[in-house]
Amino acid sequence: MDTEHNTVLALDNIVAGYGAMTILNGTTFNVRRATITTVIGPNGAGKSTVFKTIFGMLKARTGTITFDGADITNNTPRQLLERGICYVPQGRNIFPELTVRHNLELGGFAAPSGINIDERIEAAMVRFPILRQKADVQASTLSGGQQKLLEIARGLLLDPTLILIDEPSIGLSPLMVQETFDILKDLRAKGVTILMVEQNAKSALQISDDGLVLELGRTRMAETAETLLNDPRVGQLFLGGAMEPAAA
Amino acid sequence: MMDFLTSRAFKGTVFVLLVAGLIILPFFLRPFGLLLVAMWMVHAVAALGLNLTLGYAGQISMAQGAFVGIGAYCTGLMTLAGVPYPVAFLCSGALCFAIGWILGYPALRVQHHYLAFVTLAFSTLVFLVMRNEEWLTNGIYGLTDIPRPILFGWNTGKAKDFYFFTLLMTSILAFCVWWIIRSPWGRAFVALRENPVRALSLGVDTRRYTLMAFAMGSSIGGFAGALYAPLVQFFEPNSFSLTLSLKLLLMVIVGGAGTFFGPFIGAATEVLLPEWLRIAQGYYLIIYAMLVMVLMMFCPTGIIGLGERLISHLRQKKISSERSAQAQVMGADKPGQKEGAGQ
Repeated sequence: MDTEHNTVLALDNIVAGYGAMTILNGTTFNVRRATITTVIGPNGAGKSTVFKTIFGMLKARTGTITFDGADITNNTPRQLLERGICYVPQGRNIFPELTVRHNLELGGFAAPSGINIDERIEAAMVRFPILRQKADVQASTLSGGQQKLLEIARGLLLDPTLILIDEPSIGLSPLMVQETFDILKDLRAKGVTILMVEQNAKSALQISDDGLVLELGRTRMAETAETLLNDPRVGQLFLGGAMEPAAA
Repeated sequence: MMDFLTSRAFKGTVFVLLVAGLIILPFFLRPFGLLLVAMWMVHAVAALGLNLTLGYAGQISMAQGAFVGIGAYCTGLMTLAGVPYPVAFLCSGALCFAIGWILGYPALRVQHHYLAFVTLAFSTLVFLVMRNEEWLTNGIYGLTDIPRPILFGWNTGKAKDFYFFTLLMTSILAFCVWWIIRSPWGRAFVALRENPVRALSLGVDTRRYTLMAFAMGSSIGGFAGALYAPLVQFFEPNSFSLTLSLKLLLMVIVGGAGTFFGPFIGAATEVLLPEWLRIAQGYYLIIYAMLVMVLMMFCPTGIIGLGERLISHLRQKKISSERSAQAQVMGADKPGQKEGAGQ
């Protein structure tokens, strides 16, 4: 992988878990600036746990996390949002009972003073016109894809420089998955770094620069996405490839 | 028409008419009627506070009556000791804010019916203190002859004057609650109610806001108690037993939890409706109980929710008739296209 100064996020020997259960056993990896990095691994490898730990929702017992050279280990979500990190959790994350506009407003909750949230919401509506059309209806009436758009638009409200996105394709139609991935590529072109967990590993790696394989809470492989795509072991384990084509 | 009913202009108009009505009301009512309307306002304030905790932040509390009691005793004892009313009023709110904050801690660990029981236990505890700690509260004899305030030379001793004083204070407190709801605080409360984990991922400090929801709601309850004391001028511990907490809970839910006007409507059903239903005599409670059961069965979102449902029903009807009209026009333009497309 690339040189040190190009690293935007670095995890060093992170240990974390729930109660007596340790999920991350010394996870270590680096994420390069303005890239898409996909984390893959079998169920229970700790993919989502890594994100929760980075975003301060789960305490890291030991180890350090650095972002842009600053130690952000166990910062609160609010502090991380102010630093420019945003987290889009797995599944549906909108507030279904609230209107689309209210949902967007909540995205600006952690905005530092001096940021005009109304302007940002306006910009988001220009970018995703469907949100303007549906601004005053309950978010639960949006289709699955529209809800994902709302979630992404809400996440982008604070102009993050690092986006942690967990399973963006889950429950979406293939067309919508494509659209979501296009948005991510577009963000990368603007210099945003994206760290993503994805079940749909093959299509995720295809748009990624780097890939990480997590197993039992440790980094097993950290390679370019292309290397991982062509690695027979990875193909066999996670990409749905059969033994023969991988060996060939 | 339907859009108008949900517009801000309409809500504003209703509000202005309501306040205007309340201002001219004393010129038509006898002192007992005034006492009743003032009682409605005091209960509405207490319910507004509970609505903040329960309706907006989603934290159930069966202790709002206890906070009204703490506020009433605080103001009663202080004014009887000669402390000026404004000081006693602020102390009531501040004391309930502090106690409410502490009561919020269990809510960080337990939710829903577990939290209901924690707050219920607290309510009983407060009642026992009021009844048994005679050195402080005068026990079962309660407090008597609580003075009504004289503010800037305005003696609120007469029924009409005190009515206006209650109206003024209710308006100020209602405005504060309205402001909280519309501020980022209110938004954070709603996010907390809807889904704490999602709220956390957006940077809402759920811990702080849970405590805040309890503290703010309780302090509004304390202010209601501070108004209650000089209004009735006599009270004893039973005024603030668990029954009051349950009544306030009912007011919030019947009126419409999580809506600004809900508590006002809920308080009206609890305080004013019994008087209007007096002709039904002994059957009053039976009628009221049945009304509540029917309402909860068919509209768990309360009276305000009932109105909103009606409006949305009318709106959907309008939209769907517009759609079918549009579909007919389109159908006439392209006859037989459906069959053609399949081939």
